[in-house]
Amino acid sequence: MASNFSIKHQPGFTTIAATCFVVLYLPIVVLVIYAFNAATSTSEWGGFSLKWFQSAYQNTQVIDATLRSFQIGSIAAVLSTIFATMAALATTRTASYPGLTFKYAAINQPLMVPEIVTGVALLIFFSRIKIFTGYSGIGYLVAAHTAFCIPFAYLPIRARLENMDLTLERAAADLYATPWKTFRRITLPLLWPGILAGLMLAFVISLDDVVITEFVKSGGQDTLPTYMLGQIRRGITPEINAISTAFLLLSVAIVTLFFFVSRKRD
Amino acid sequence: MPDKPDRNAIEVVNVSKIFGSGEGQVAALDKVSVSIRENEFFTLLGPSGCGKTTLLRLIAGFDFPTAGEILLYGQDIAPLPPFKRPVNTVFQSYALFPHMTVADNIGFGLEMLGKPKAEIKARVAEMLKLVKMEALAGRRTAQISGGQQQRVALARALAPQPKVLLLDEPLSALDYKLRKEMQIELKRLQHETGITFIFVTHDQEEALTMSDRIAVMSSGKILQVGSPWDIYDKPAERFVADFIGETNFLTAAISGTGNGKARATLKSGTTIEATVAEGFQPKDNATVVVRPEHAKLTKDKGDLSGTVENIVYFGTDTHIHVQLDSGEAFTVRQQNTRSAGCGFERGDKVGILIGNDAAQVLRD
Repeated sequence: MASNFSIKHQPGFTTIAATCFVVLYLPIVVLVIYAFNAATSTSEWGGFSLKWFQSAYQNTQVIDATLRSFQIGSIAAVLSTIFATMAALATTRTASYPGLTFKYAAINQPLMVPEIVTGVALLIFFSRIKIFTGYSGIGYLVAAHTAFCIPFAYLPIRARLENMDLTLERAAADLYATPWKTFRRITLPLLWPGILAGLMLAFVISLDDVVITEFVKSGGQDTLPTYMLGQIRRGITPEINAISTAFLLLSVAIVTLFFFVSRKRD
Repeated sequence: MPDKPDRNAIEVVNVSKIFGSGEGQVAALDKVSVSIRENEFFTLLGPSGCGKTTLLRLIAGFDFPTAGEILLYGQDIAPLPPFKRPVNTVFQSYALFPHMTVADNIGFGLEMLGKPKAEIKARVAEMLKLVKMEALAGRRTAQISGGQQQRVALARALAPQPKVLLLDEPLSALDYKLRKEMQIELKRLQHETGITFIFVTHDQEEALTMSDRIAVMSSGKILQVGSPWDIYDKPAERFVADFIGETNFLTAAISGTGNGKARATLKSGTTIEATVAEGFQPKDNATVVVRPEHAKLTKDKGDLSGTVENIVYFGTDTHIHVQLDSGEAFTVRQQNTRSAGCGFERGDKVGILIGNDAAQVLRD
């Protein structure tokens, strides 16, 4: 019995695995199918149609929210990736010292603190600033998204830096490259896949956020997820299914790209 | 080279390197001083952890000494960062830049020095030719073999014409045959470029065959500096004699010292003449070393007597292990011929003749 223990051969394994997959994917499959429903109801099938996609596309609120999501997502992704790159360099290109572990934890804080807590805290914090400055633009959302995207950008970049052969940087220095040139010519090109992976991950995380955005946004600053949440409160139409389906496709595309970028060039 | 005026390329003066602090501190180098001459093939030889790589890193600038000076043609370079030292390194792992071609790797140092494009191109071509890699100039470094990577690493380090080239066990990753080939290649390159080479290795054979001079290191200290011949035939200390080649240690009573020689009376009662480690004044008792190939076995009475314990055949020669009547062990190496066996058998009572000028009195 001791030889060749395999969980696959335990009784019930297939059942449990199948149940998990069904629970995970069946609702999504149903959602996608009903996006092509010609009927107005989400519970009865009225034939195949693309009309809900068309309707979503012509809905200015949807387009408006989508563009805002992209805008916030891209700015936040770029900013958080820059900060994450700097943080990753600072935490890997140094000898270990007391407090370094604490810094890792501090950088990854958004992964541990419940989103609702961050949301409430930012709401209170930003409202004070709003009163003080009078500014109520999209900047608050960008700042919030940048902050919680940093750990997601940081992790792949740090992993890449830790796997990089330090002798290469030493060799560059030995060949008369100043620290800046070593970074530009050696470290950065080798780090690039990690940076791209971090960037895409941060973008997807930003695009997907509901809780913190819901707390931080001002009136008329809906992102796609918060807009959808608002619509569902008023009853579901297949338009929501259509938007979700489009959103799903986009996420899958980005994550797939992320996967290929981080696997390539190793 | 003895025919050239001795000019020192590198002078290491009282250099110490201490890692850690408090009770956990370790002296990787302990007040080391050594001069490396211009245009010489100098080897730092020692077991791992002896400080040889630390010394190389201090010369390269990857680390800074805790105390002491490192002079490059008289100028103290110890506080300079690596990119300000006209010294280049061939790394043990080669450290070729994986995102660049062979040619770009070789030209990197010149580019960083801000040389004009045409000059870089010409120099890279020259270097490619020197290491016989012209055909692979456009390849990525991952697409070439280990031996080829080695050549590129050499060309890259030589391209900026450094005043000193540092080589950190560069042959250790190669298989035996390629290593032999590269040993000859390295000697050729050193000869053709006229650059001072400082080579680090733990391989005593490599050190003996390639070097003009060798520094034997142990526990953060340099024990002896000399030509391969000096190091092998006139070891100063037990560690040096033991680390390089095989040797026999005998206890002897010393009398009549003078002129770098002494008379050593062995436990068998025979007195032989021996050279004395430089600067050493032996007292009553000392250790004498005799290399196995500098002694001869005889069936008659010799300088020493004993019983054959074991015979090991090596192809080119045979090692005959003898238990001396004094209780000490002694090995004799005998050149093989095609005709008969070695002429001795286990259990034979034998005598050992020690050749003239075969014995050396050690410092310890």
